[in-house]
Amino acid sequence: MRQLVIVSGKGGTGKTTVAGAFIALAWRSICVDADVDAPNLHLLLHPKLLEEEEFQGAKIVVKDEEKCTECGKCEEYCRFQAIKDLKIDPFRCEGCGVCVYVCPEGALKLEDEVTGYTMLSRTRYGPFSHARLKIGAEASGKLVTQVRKNIERFTYQEELVIIDGCPGIGCPVIASISGTDLALAVTEPSVSGLHDLQRILGVTRHFGIKSLVCINKYDLCPEMSEEIEDYCTREGVEMVGKIPFDPEVLEVVRQERPLEDLLETKAGKAIEGIWETVKNHLFPV
Amino acid sequence: MIITVLSGKGGTGKTTVAVNLALSLAEEGHRVLLLDADVEEPNAGLYLDLVVEETFSVDVLMPKVDESLCTYCGKCAEFCQFNALAVIGEHVLVFSELCHGCGGCSLVCPVEAIREVPRLVGTIEKGRAGSLKFWSGRMKVGEALAVPVTRKLKEGLAELKDEFIVIIDAPPGSSCPVVEAVRGSDYALLVTEPTPFGKHDFEIALGLVRDMEFPHGVIINRSGDDDKLIEDYCREQDVPVLLKIPFSPRLAALGARGIPFSKVIPYWRDKFRQVYRKIKESCRCASW
Repeated sequence: MRQLVIVSGKGGTGKTTVAGAFIALAWRSICVDADVDAPNLHLLLHPKLLEEEEFQGAKIVVKDEEKCTECGKCEEYCRFQAIKDLKIDPFRCEGCGVCVYVCPEGALKLEDEVTGYTMLSRTRYGPFSHARLKIGAEASGKLVTQVRKNIERFTYQEELVIIDGCPGIGCPVIASISGTDLALAVTEPSVSGLHDLQRILGVTRHFGIKSLVCINKYDLCPEMSEEIEDYCTREGVEMVGKIPFDPEVLEVVRQERPLEDLLETKAGKAIEGIWETVKNHLFPV
Repeated sequence: MIITVLSGKGGTGKTTVAVNLALSLAEEGHRVLLLDADVEEPNAGLYLDLVVEETFSVDVLMPKVDESLCTYCGKCAEFCQFNALAVIGEHVLVFSELCHGCGGCSLVCPVEAIREVPRLVGTIEKGRAGSLKFWSGRMKVGEALAVPVTRKLKEGLAELKDEFIVIIDAPPGSSCPVVEAVRGSDYALLVTEPTPFGKHDFEIALGLVRDMEFPHGVIINRSGDDDKLIEDYCREQDVPVLLKIPFSPRLAALGARGIPFSKVIPYWRDKFRQVYRKIKESCRCASW
């Protein structure tokens, strides 16, 4: 089994659109949405939900007010400013347990915290593992790891996993790329697109994951596209294609038409060319 | 006053809004501090003629085990909630990217074999672009935790909030780095786009600012024929639409080259100033 992850660094460059088109082109693959903070792939796949489960991804401290003598030790030892005037701030608490350890009265304890929900679904393109992080929750990386692990619960014949990644370069990104066979970075022709591409390629290199690059909406700023191509040449990263700006793509999403219609668009045709190259990297002959 | 710009979905135009709002107000004579809190992908500086005046490093503490004292009892690994320590036979392994720097391991070690040493996780730059004051955080590539950088970046902000209009450019998403960026704000300025993805993630971002009880309003970016998608939802949810920025190749091309469009088109300076006045008005209402 081979695993492909779509990343970008910068948000909104078109990861999900490319992932969706790949899923339609692969016809049968295991689909994973690793953008648990702001998941969108389900809006393209129209999944039928099979199972949903709570995910306990973090711990949080709770206080027994009756035992508390207001000595303030918890506040003194907490490194995250999560206890202020003896009140626990659940958004700040990282669940480390230091306050529990230093409390002389045993008034504090750690409890499991539900940080999100994992979902297993069926789509016409293959099984689909996704999730929803609770708003403002900690440890989105752990939830991503769980979503990827959950594919083991399907019985399947597919030989390819397509993972729609998340923006940024932090813990959920690291969790979505680790152990994959190939990363495709989708960028856009702008100063931000190039800057963030450099950072995400730094991350994939750091973790030893082979990466390819494609430019979405390349015709919105041809000279920035050229700059990105030059950058890739200099860095020895393969540029596998350029996708034109195409309002038709949005229409397909908006009208909830099947993904096959996406492939018929001008942008879809360009993605098909990219897919052929990506496939050869994943399954060399 | 602190205004945080956030969106849920990436690439909707947070940085565009934050930069144009900051420049428009600074040019009007306000004292403005723009703070780039998207420490994983800091971009606001790319749109400014920046003079960096100071650079600081951001360190977190991580354990260093003195193996000559260690008895390999395993108490540190057992205590660590983040699996950043493992004791295997007569070896202690420290996984630094997983360490949150809570200090628990050194507290629980019965033989005081663990000391804490600083580890570089990012940098902070402070400078200015003309009269605009600018602070930015940058997480080191390969690191996992953005929150320590954001937290450090926001140190000292409380003292400035009465003198300055502080505009914070938040990261995308809805998890802990966003919460850290928006914490302590007086107003949450949401940015969305009229697409199904934009709307879906706008709902998530709206949930976050409501949970944290910030007064809020929305800017619709790349506005066009489908604005109803967002506007109907805003009406239903009673969220004021403060501004619409149309999709236009000219605005897109300026943005792509790193040119804030309000610098080139005076019309937009006025529009962003009006947005600020609306925000000020609703903050005043909220404090009554």
